Amino acid sequence: MTALVGTAMTGGYGGADILKGCTIAVEAGEIAVIVGPNGAGKSTAMKAMFGMLDLRAGTVLLNGDDISDLPPQQRVRRGMGFVPQTQNVFTSMTVEENLQMGGFIRGDDFSGTIEEIYRLFPVLREKRAQPAGELSGGQRQQVAVGRALMTQPKVLMLDEPTAGVSPIVMGELFDRIIDVAQTGIAILMVEQNAKQALQIADRGYVLVQGENRYTDSGAALLANPDVRRAFLGG
Amino acid sequence: MTKSAKTPGVVRQQIASLSPSQRNILLFAGMGLLLIIVGIVQSWNVAFSILNMCLISAIMALGVNIQWGYAGLFNVGIMGFAALGGLAAVVVSMPPVEAAWAAGGLGVVAGLAIGIVTLLVSMLIWRRGQGWGRWRYAVTGGVVVAGYVLMRMLIDPSTMAIEAVDSARTGYLGGLGLPIMLSWVVGGLFAAAAAWVVGKISLGLRADYLAIATLGISEIIIYVLKFEDWLSRGVKNVNGLPRPVPYEVDLQNNSWFVALAEDMNLPLVDASSLVVKICYALLFTVVLLAILWLSETALRSPWGRMMRAIRDNETAANAMGKNVTRQHLLVFVLGSAVIGIAGAMLVTLDGQFTPTSYQPLRFTFLIWVMVIAGGSGNNWGAVLGGFLIWFFWIEAEPIGLWFIDVLTSGLPPGHWLRLHLLESAAHTRLMTMGVILLLVLRFSPRGLIPEARR
Amino acid sequence: MESALNALILIGNYIVVPGLAYGCQLALGALGVTMIYAVLRFSNFGHGEIMSFGTMLVILATFALQSAGLSIAPLPTALLALPVGIIGAIGLCLLLDRYVYKFYRQQRASPVIYLIVSIGTMFIIGGLIRFIIGPQDRNFADGERFIVKASAFKANTGFSEGLAIKTAQGVTVLTTFAVVGLVFWFLNYTRTGKSMRAFADNEDLALLSGIDPDRVVRITWIITAVLATIAGTLYGLDKSYKPLVYLHLLLPIFAAAIVGGVGNPLGAIAGGFVIAFSELAITFAYKKVAGYLIGDGVLGDGLLQLLSTDYKFAVSFLILVVVLLVKPTGIFSGKTL
Repeated sequence: MTALVGTAMTGGYGGADILKGCTIAVEAGEIAVIVGPNGAGKSTAMKAMFGMLDLRAGTVLLNGDDISDLPPQQRVRRGMGFVPQTQNVFTSMTVEENLQMGGFIRGDDFSGTIEEIYRLFPVLREKRAQPAGELSGGQRQQVAVGRALMTQPKVLMLDEPTAGVSPIVMGELFDRIIDVAQTGIAILMVEQNAKQALQIADRGYVLVQGENRYTDSGAALLANPDVRRAFLGG
Repeated sequence: MTKSAKTPGVVRQQIASLSPSQRNILLFAGMGLLLIIVGIVQSWNVAFSILNMCLISAIMALGVNIQWGYAGLFNVGIMGFAALGGLAAVVVSMPPVEAAWAAGGLGVVAGLAIGIVTLLVSMLIWRRGQGWGRWRYAVTGGVVVAGYVLMRMLIDPSTMAIEAVDSARTGYLGGLGLPIMLSWVVGGLFAAAAAWVVGKISLGLRADYLAIATLGISEIIIYVLKFEDWLSRGVKNVNGLPRPVPYEVDLQNNSWFVALAEDMNLPLVDASSLVVKICYALLFTVVLLAILWLSETALRSPWGRMMRAIRDNETAANAMGKNVTRQHLLVFVLGSAVIGIAGAMLVTLDGQFTPTSYQPLRFTFLIWVMVIAGGSGNNWGAVLGGFLIWFFWIEAEPIGLWFIDVLTSGLPPGHWLRLHLLESAAHTRLMTMGVILLLVLRFSPRGLIPEARR
Repeated sequence: MESALNALILIGNYIVVPGLAYGCQLALGALGVTMIYAVLRFSNFGHGEIMSFGTMLVILATFALQSAGLSIAPLPTALLALPVGIIGAIGLCLLLDRYVYKFYRQQRASPVIYLIVSIGTMFIIGGLIRFIIGPQDRNFADGERFIVKASAFKANTGFSEGLAIKTAQGVTVLTTFAVVGLVFWFLNYTRTGKSMRAFADNEDLALLSGIDPDRVVRITWIITAVLATIAGTLYGLDKSYKPLVYLHLLLPIFAAAIVGGVGNPLGAIAGGFVIAFSELAITFAYKKVAGYLIGDGVLGDGLLQLLSTDYKFAVSFLILVVVLLVKPTGIFSGKTL
């Protein structure tokens, strides 16, 4: 069963539709990447799947359940995690407190989950007592991902996780994301750095003006001369 | 008029179908009617005292509306700016006290000069000293302390000498002995100067800083007026300020006036005080209309459009290269000047300067209720609010007393609850005004005469 | 040597001891202001009146306890009556939030609107207080008045200057330490406290994490009411209770919060002491101290007072101005709870 699928999503923020019937899906343990030019509705598509804007048409299914009408908080409870592009950590709180806040809605003991996250992101264990605001950009993103993982989501959504970090850090972050996917979590992310992102993607979506233009495996998209020319800079 | 037009539903429809300007005329006519009712039921003297205070309140409300309605600046120090206007009335109109000037005038002037020079020098040093590190603080601080000590050494003995001069009657420097109407301008200037300093410090930072800073400066201004006897006689008050209009006694001794009073069939005393009040009302109306006309013209000008653009979207205005902080400073100074003018007019009307009468409730909060209830951003609204709220402020007490009286009429006259309620009736004003403010903000945030969408 | 010690005792008696107590009272007040700012993001002009309201209830309860013959002498009875004031103030704050502030929160109104609304609540509460207890002075301190009496100090030490410590001052300092300690423990070590800090730090992310905003706001009001009542009662015990005074306390409290960096609880505490000690040090007449240190009359016969006590409010304003000019973000900058 597909972990998360948004079908024929149409809608926007009040005014004109930004999404025009676009469809995005991701399987458990897979990485799906949404790429496309500026203003194509990449982030909007992801926010729509997370319930941050009202869809005029289309459905969102999580493991086969229709969640189209649920608010974001409910979707978190159902097993979705979301990492916003900016302001995605509590800067004045320590790394460990950030993780605890990530697990806020869990009623059970989540120390085991924190341990797992430290195993995935060893640098966080080192910096556990430091305020997240004092970390480097790459480390901060790890905190942000870690925070979202605290609810043990089945689907993790990342909005441009590598925006503003150096290429080396980007590579490292992508490695971590692959590690996360290998734990069986479905990962959906929006990326500006299309070429690098498609290299780790099991599935890629090229959006243009709110519509699907190309959908294929990451490798296939990278090999497609049309895609290369139009979206990957040759 | 057809018969059906008299049914309430139709009347309501007619009111709803009125154009905004017709509605406004109706509102102002209603206000006039209220004053006329007071004139008939209570007395014309009462009606005109209320009208005079309404006019002054309207000017203060205009000043606040310039700050709040045009620019969204929140001034919690209206009281202080009004008091500065009042001080101007004293400083301009009272005759100078020669003996006091001889006793310590020079010392005070020299001391104040040193104070100002100290401020300027320390500011200059602070500005120049960006690269000095720790020395910047030390040198600036040193200059301030040295200048301050020097100032105090000059001023302290002088003020003591001044306050010793016939302290029961004077004990202060007095004023310049000029016509009191000049003080309306000077009051505006005083308030503008204070506003410039406060604005310079706190504008451009978070919105609440301006509010807190104005709260602070207004308290300090009141304290200065209360305790600096050499300047304002402090709590001993300044009485007998000269008037821009005739005195009642002079009128009563005037044969022409006596004849007039007889013609009007009024007791001579009532007639004279009524005429004095009418004279004030005319003067105040002229000032109000002038300020109103200026404000309206400014609001319609390209500058007014820019101000509203800034208020509605500061970020965008900033991005368009408008110097928001500078414009805010300008508006803040202008609005405060208008408040200062009204403050001077108020003291002129009272004929005395009483520092203890400046209460935040009466001079800050009440004006706010006027602006918000009248319609923030609309000058006519501010004027109507000034009239209406002042009217109810004055009439609320008799109404409230009557209400409590009726409410507790079942209790014996000496019952503790009844006595307590009657005694506390004055405090209900505080609550009533707070409730009105919250209700208007919540249910009719645009006020009686909403800002026109231009 | 002895005269130097006498000068020190003088300063201790007139600046250090009262400054500590006053600083504690301001710190508790500023802590409340800063909490509201951090979570609800506005400067609450009604805070002084909330302090006053809580204190009023404490006073009424104290009178009731006194007439019932209950006391915890040598401690003031007001301490026993505190819970009444706290519960009342909590009720008031929650009511205000439910019927006044909540609407603007849902509207996502601008901070200036909150400011005006808070001034509206300030006048309503102020009117209510004057309606219930009247505008006059009330002295409700009872029990032992002094921990250390000036005369006893002189007799025991042989110094010519005495050091007095009032019970209210001792109670103030101890209570403040306990309360502040509890607040910091709550904020840093409990799940709810952390969720409050998270909400103050990043509202959107807090919502995303499933933190209930209404609950956070409620708890913030509750803590604020507790702090305000305690601060107001301690101030009233130390000086005396008069409704108007609490309006005037608003300025030093705001100044304390801003000096420390609005939204920062540690800063609020530090700011409280900065304001309190500056106020006392600047309005203290150093004539006698100078007399002990360099001999009588060497510096003339002035009082050697930087500013007359009439202007003690000007001190907070001056400090406020200096902070706004030099470092508008405060000593401990940053919006952190």
